[in-house]
Amino acid sequence: MKITEAFERGEFVVTAEVGPPKGFHIEHVLEEAKTYLSGITAVNVTDNQSSVMRLGSLATCKALKDEGLTPIFQLTCRDRNRIALQSDLLSAAMFGIENLLLLTGDHTKLGDHKAAKPVFDLDSVSLIHTVKQLESGVDLGGNELVGEPPKFAKGAVVSPCSDSVDAQLAKMERKVAAGCDYFQTQAVFEPEKFIQFMEKAKQFGKPVQVGIIIPKSAGMAKFMNNNVAGIHVPDEMIEELKADKEKTKAGITGVEIAARIIKECKPYCQGVHIMALGWESKVPDLLKAAGI
Amino acid sequence: MLITQLKAKETIVSLAAGKKVFIINCHGCKEVHFPEAEADELEKELAKAGNVTGIITTDYICNPDNMKLRLEAHKSEIDAADAVLVLSCGVGVQTVAAYLEDKKVYAACDTYPLPGFQGVTPLEYNCDQCGECYLNLTGGICPITACSKSLVNGQCGGAKNGRCEVDGDMECGWERIYRRLAQVGRLDALKCPTQVRNFATDDATSK
Ligand code: SF4
Ligand code: SF4
Repeated sequence: MKITEAFERGEFVVTAEVGPPKGFHIEHVLEEAKTYLSGITAVNVTDNQSSVMRLGSLATCKALKDEGLTPIFQLTCRDRNRIALQSDLLSAAMFGIENLLLLTGDHTKLGDHKAAKPVFDLDSVSLIHTVKQLESGVDLGGNELVGEPPKFAKGAVVSPCSDSVDAQLAKMERKVAAGCDYFQTQAVFEPEKFIQFMEKAKQFGKPVQVGIIIPKSAGMAKFMNNNVAGIHVPDEMIEELKADKEKTKAGITGVEIAARIIKECKPYCQGVHIMALGWESKVPDLLKAAGI
Repeated sequence: MLITQLKAKETIVSLAAGKKVFIINCHGCKEVHFPEAEADELEKELAKAGNVTGIITTDYICNPDNMKLRLEAHKSEIDAADAVLVLSCGVGVQTVAAYLEDKKVYAACDTYPLPGFQGVTPLEYNCDQCGECYLNLTGGICPITACSKSLVNGQCGGAKNGRCEVDGDMECGWERIYRRLAQVGRLDALKCPTQVRNFATDDATSK
């Protein structure tokens, strides 16, 4: 199923993300996804996230699909040139994978193979453009595809709490112009900023899912503040995480905070995207607490 | 060694359309092949239309001190112009754009590499000779060399506090570009069509 159909039905669309393992044994990921994520609309599979080499996103998507889940194939421009990207897109279509999240990707220097050649032959915008072109039956080189062209729901990301939010909006507009159908955002910890962002973003008329990370500890929050682009966890939240260490460790505080953020943002957006970062098991509790 | 080629005439004419322009030619550098005859002809045409406030032909505008001296002598003509058209390699255009902060500065040439020895120009700015100069879409800041991923469709979202995700000592090139476009009132340049890079820039295979 295409995620865009759920948006069109007016559903508040819930997605969550899983990261493939470093290795090829996928049973654990599948088990977790089936247990905790089978009730939601779709499951994102990250593509060598943070430039750390892992099992492939496409293969993991296929395995999830075989288990009856709806995968979203994340595809970055860091590791593949336009030939490999288009080839993988056709492979996805052959497997019946219909949802994409198209990203530029982190630089290789951030990951565990710092000596690797960063590709960036295309970027998020030109990759969306490329998919659009494939959908018209022609590849980026102008050559015709054989048979019925593929059709995808084309997603992209945007960073609503970035310190350069106007530049983010400009980039979002370029993604819309290139053919993007829906957006998932970087994790939001400042609902006011997200709401302000949505006031401006709604002019583009594309569904937006607010990004949510369940904060695991004060240390994690501070780490994100210092190192992760577009994320700022306010001091009060860090205090809240510090207050009762046991409660925080059990995930209760994090779930409370995340549920509060979802509730505040919900009236202004069309869905939520949860980056559980290993806490997939908390997703059902979170959705319940957020009233979804 | 590098080679500069005039952009398509329609492109240059549309850059200059309805504006008063000041034109800078750079003939200085032996390392650069410059399309002198075509440039002359084009400039004569533009001048005929009556919108050229001044033309200079100089050398090494990539050297900031040299450039400042040359441009100061023509300050009134530059002030009178809405835009400055630079016929040089990418480094020259960037040097002028950085100096004339509040002016629209346009590149009239594309810069290609030629195999062989590189010149020993004083490089304050970098040009990778990408073959389809993007400076007109980016306010005169080169996205190929100022962005760690050489992105041509806008910032990647990895910048933190204005610094590039790859190198905390480096300002995000696309934040610089955004600021500069805002400063010269050209944010509309970001609404250009999706750019797809052409890596086939050697003579045999280019367009
Ligand atoms: S965009 Fe940059 S690399 Fe390309 S020709 Fe212009 S200055 Fe040189
Ligand atoms: S942070 Fe800025 S300079 Fe660095 S790769 Fe991203 S867009 Fe380019």
